[in-house]
Amino acid sequence: MNASVVVFPGSNCDRDVLYALGKIAGIPAVPVWHKDPVLPEDTDLVVLPGGFSYGDYLRCGAMAARSPIIQGVREHARRGGLVLGICNGFQVLTEAGLLPGALLANSNLEFICSPCLLRVERSDTPFTNAYPEGTLVQFPIAHHEGLYFLPERELQKLEDNRQVVFRYAAADGSAGAQHSPNGSLNGIAGIVNSSGNVLGLMPHPERASEKLLGGTDGLGMWYSIKSWLEGGAR
Amino acid sequence: MKFRARILVSLKEGVLDTQGKAVLVSLKNLGFDVVEEVRIGKSIEIVLSAGSAEEAEKKVESMCEALLVNPLIETGRVSLEAIG
Repeated sequence: MNASVVVFPGSNCDRDVLYALGKIAGIPAVPVWHKDPVLPEDTDLVVLPGGFSYGDYLRCGAMAARSPIIQGVREHARRGGLVLGICNGFQVLTEAGLLPGALLANSNLEFICSPCLLRVERSDTPFTNAYPEGTLVQFPIAHHEGLYFLPERELQKLEDNRQVVFRYAAADGSAGAQHSPNGSLNGIAGIVNSSGNVLGLMPHPERASEKLLGGTDGLGMWYSIKSWLEGGAR
Repeated sequence: MKFRARILVSLKEGVLDTQGKAVLVSLKNLGFDVVEEVRIGKSIEIVLSAGSAEEAEKKVESMCEALLVNPLIETGRVSLEAIG
């Protein structure tokens, strides 16, 4: 079981993810430079971490999505390998066309850095099988472009296909657009592709993986991935 | 031949333009009551060499497709001038 964490110029959560995977969850993880055209051969999970790849120039994630390594990520996804995009990594996945939609500037035009309640909408994915469906988790968000957008008809299709995995929520368990801190349509915080092996989310599970940092709700994601890769959750 | 291409990138109708909205409010606060809508886009200038204007336009169109414009949320309008 091996994870590769892609490092773009401007990535700044790569070390946090490497630490959460390697030191906390016990999934061996190595950094991979974005100019490498292929992933290490034994890669089971690829993580595109948060940050400001290429300074967020042109559009967030646009340049990173055209990096040489993305060809390797595409191949890996096509073979059914796991791909996880966090924050800027989610933006990269939409720009690369590996996930539908786009992330626009937050509706309040502010950079939002805050703990956030999310409802887990699916527990049958490789990334969320350790959370019972409907679980509320708290992950922090830290972004300026996190408003998930998809034209209405495609948004309906996304909902019908049950591709929404995380939704912004309140403590009473309700979730939806009214709880989006950033104006995200339908309260969408994270989605999967139609085959379920590519997940993108704006909140940061790696920043919720140790008590010292304020919470451990993110551990469920690493343990989900681990048991999926070990074959226990299939 | 050398050409200067100008690409005007605008957000599509129906895509929320938060910057435009904020600027609209600011303009109104400054007393410009006549303002009804503000949309903000960006302008990209590219200097390139090509054998003809058509070839230059084709090249710029393919740059738009490859990187400069995200067709889900944006449209790009290309104009071209020969600069020698």
